Amino acid sequence: MILRLALGSLLARALTVGMTILAIALSVALFLSVEKIRTGARASFADTISGTDLILGARSGSVQLLLYSVFRIGNATNNVTWQSYQDIASRKEVDWIVPISLGDSHRQFRVMGTTQAFFEHYRYRGGRPLEIGQGHGLKDLYDAVIGAEVAATLGYAVGDPIVVSHGLASFSEHDDQPFRVAGIIGRTGTPVDRTVIVSLAAIEAVHVDWRSGAQIPGQATPVDRIRQMDLTPTAITAALVGVKSRLQIFGLQRWINEYPEEPLLAILPGVALQELWQIVGVAESALVAVSAMVVVTALLGLMAMIFSSLNERRREMAIWRAMGARPATILGLLVLEAALMAAIGAVLGLALLYAGLVIARPLVDSAFGLWLPIGLPTARELSVLAAVIGAAAISSLLPALRAYRLSLADGMMVRI
Amino acid sequence: MLQDLRFTWPGRASFGLSVPEFWIGQGQSVLLLGESGSGKSTLLSLICGIVTADRGRVEVGGCDLSTLGAGARDRFRAERIGVIFQQFNLLPYASVADNIQLPLRFAPERRNRAAPEEAAALCAALGLPEGITGTTAGRLSVGQQQRVAVARALIGQPPLIVADEPTSALDAAAQDSFLGLLFDQIAATGASLLMVSHDERLGARFDRVLRLADIASTERAVA
Repeated sequence: MILRLALGSLLARALTVGMTILAIALSVALFLSVEKIRTGARASFADTISGTDLILGARSGSVQLLLYSVFRIGNATNNVTWQSYQDIASRKEVDWIVPISLGDSHRQFRVMGTTQAFFEHYRYRGGRPLEIGQGHGLKDLYDAVIGAEVAATLGYAVGDPIVVSHGLASFSEHDDQPFRVAGIIGRTGTPVDRTVIVSLAAIEAVHVDWRSGAQIPGQATPVDRIRQMDLTPTAITAALVGVKSRLQIFGLQRWINEYPEEPLLAILPGVALQELWQIVGVAESALVAVSAMVVVTALLGLMAMIFSSLNERRREMAIWRAMGARPATILGLLVLEAALMAAIGAVLGLALLYAGLVIARPLVDSAFGLWLPIGLPTARELSVLAAVIGAAAISSLLPALRAYRLSLADGMMVRI
Repeated sequence: MLQDLRFTWPGRASFGLSVPEFWIGQGQSVLLLGESGSGKSTLLSLICGIVTADRGRVEVGGCDLSTLGAGARDRFRAERIGVIFQQFNLLPYASVADNIQLPLRFAPERRNRAAPEEAAALCAALGLPEGITGTTAGRLSVGQQQRVAVARALIGQPPLIVADEPTSALDAAAQDSFLGLLFDQIAATGASLLMVSHDERLGARFDRVLRLADIASTERAVA
């Protein structure tokens, strides 16, 4: 009966109660969606590269190697000689190895030289291979395969010409050897989307007439001659390695790290990703803190709403008291009302979240490559909802205590 | 029954009430006349055990209220006393049935005394339309609301009914029929009735008519 009366009392003040509930629902939905995006981003981040056992590069830090080889952020400190690459590739533990050569760019996007093996072995989001949505892979020397974002940003279609610039943000263009867009990779949500992929040989080819980062004046080898040259590189930037048995990963890593001919570094991508996430994670906590503050604001609104309703409800309190209700019952009634509002708000917020997810998921996936899972609420989400209801009950204690004191002082007499 | 009573509002030294002696016999109806601000409501609060006297005894049905704790007094009020206010007696958002049964929520003995259909029966006896029990109280006319308040005070047959100017919001004709219904029902249950009012014309129906000034003295600081 008390519950029914509390509900009736809330219904009677439908407008203010509705607004308060809406504020709670929106804040809960915001908080939960931040949680969703956060976990989604984290999973998507960890899924940037999978199926690769080791990443190999010149000796530097593991996060740095991961950043330039996978995320194409920053630059390599040094190269790996082709000789060392060959040595490692010929190890019996190695199942496959994909060389990567970086350093050139096209507009704001990085150009990556690699081999067809990259398309066979690069995996993301738990083992998904790259799919060439339009066109085909690297066939001709001057073929370029571009990521979805490159195509979308620059408006490229299969067959368009591309001129690669030397270095990053430079004005010297390899315009004597234009490339052609051979294929466009479907959106992956990984740095591949922002990459122009050409063959390793093509990287060599555009640098035939270059020494020490500048074109040799007056020298321009015709394209026909270049095609007949031996375009085996002398050095690469990094390599992705797959081993035959997982048990051999550490042995090979140790062997590479102790490679006597050249200072090299081999890292486990998963471990380096974790390290990197710890750096990125600060922003994540800030986001959670901000959305938690929004929830707190909504609860403060709830508290203010109960406070402001107290005066007009003094008459009602007097009726309760006259009927034999203890002041504690009145306190409990107000706390119950607050908890009810928060519970309705929480459920509504959850519904808003799911509605939002259903609508936004395809958009977020195609725009950011971020896959947000829709599932039953996780234990963490449920505990957030419970915490909101609990916090509402606690924050209503303040106005409820005031009502308690008022009803003690007023008794059955309130003159209106 | 009140004896040698003295009361001051805590923190408000400006107003004090003392009652040397005042009693109501069982089944008696008493009209207490007094101007507004003469301490009528304070007296009712004392009798209902909402406030306690500084000195003296308040005895209701043989029970000395000053011996009871705050919670026990609330329970006692719920069990033994039916209260009717001037107006705005009801929880406007609750149904008539919930309003009538509200005191039973806090009074298990009274709840056991009340028959399951008593709320509806009281409504019918008080001339309220059939099927009114499901209506939200806020939609009723003032006269209907006051009759629902009577039903609420009478349910479970408490031995004492306390009414604080229940007719002041009604016009003369409605007052008369309201009092008629009230007295019929009280006679049926055998309860005592204490009504306070400033309206002397109501006196005819009561066993005793007293003036507050005759039984109590109030102290009031000069403002």
